[in-house]
Amino acid sequence: MNAQETRYDRQILLPEIGLEGQRKLAKARVLLVGCGGLGAPIATYLAAAGVGTLGLVDDDVVSLTNLHRQVLFSELQVGQPKVVCARERLTQLNGEVNIKVYPVRLSAENALAILSGYDIVVDGTDNFAARFLISDTCLSLSLPFVYGSIRGLQGQVAVLCVGRATYRTLFPDETATLSMPHPGKEVVGVTPSVVGSVEASQAIQLICGYGEPLIDRLWTVDLATMQSHIIDL
Amino acid sequence: MTMEIKINDKTAQTDATTLKELVEELQLPANGVAIALDSKMVQRACWADTPLKEGANVIIIKAACGG
Repeated sequence: MNAQETRYDRQILLPEIGLEGQRKLAKARVLLVGCGGLGAPIATYLAAAGVGTLGLVDDDVVSLTNLHRQVLFSELQVGQPKVVCARERLTQLNGEVNIKVYPVRLSAENALAILSGYDIVVDGTDNFAARFLISDTCLSLSLPFVYGSIRGLQGQVAVLCVGRATYRTLFPDETATLSMPHPGKEVVGVTPSVVGSVEASQAIQLICGYGEPLIDRLWTVDLATMQSHIIDL
Repeated sequence: MTMEIKINDKTAQTDATTLKELVEELQLPANGVAIALDSKMVQRACWADTPLKEGANVIIIKAACGG
């Protein structure tokens, strides 16, 4: 173990990770699309775990109504670009991580170019259209897509585009899906915290190669009842 | 004939004989729900052909898109 690896001592002790897993993390390139409620725990735990390269895509700025759940940001940063604020905080947390920022909205025009530099894409988005785009692009590049989304007190996570299932397995009818009324913005900060942490966990698991990641399986949780299910897709 | 099934871990009575009939009985919206039967997702196109049996374990998942 070299000096830089000492900071990861507690996770290297885990037989599932070990020094070998830590070195895989250091080589991994993970793209996070969306630096909001889900993105906060995803970016934090992936940077802290020592992911080598972390890309952050988001075209939004920090607003006051973000702060109850987007705990990467501070009151002083209201009005500033999220990816810039996130990079500042994540660099303070772990200066060894190469953080690349994309202050843009992922689109059909830029998706292929942005995603093609990465090994895994993790979902921090807040709409159906972005997820269709990520899923289709991941499928064409053979990249795992760690999908996660929330609704109020409920959340779900799956690993798509490596087995049979894609986002289109969950939502086969894109037109009908995009025409649904928006479910609403009501949410408590712990929901994206739980769901984003599970997404980060899936990404670490895929990189290090342990356990049984949620490939072709959808995990759901309801924080009101603590009911949780795993469904085969 | 009424039978007993589980919906989201709760015991429920139903007269439905297929998933499609159950969706109608529960008056679920036309879009935005996914259904798993015995822990396996059943595509909407197959709901009419998927029989519901006594003791079936049905999970209804609402579409989520927040982040």
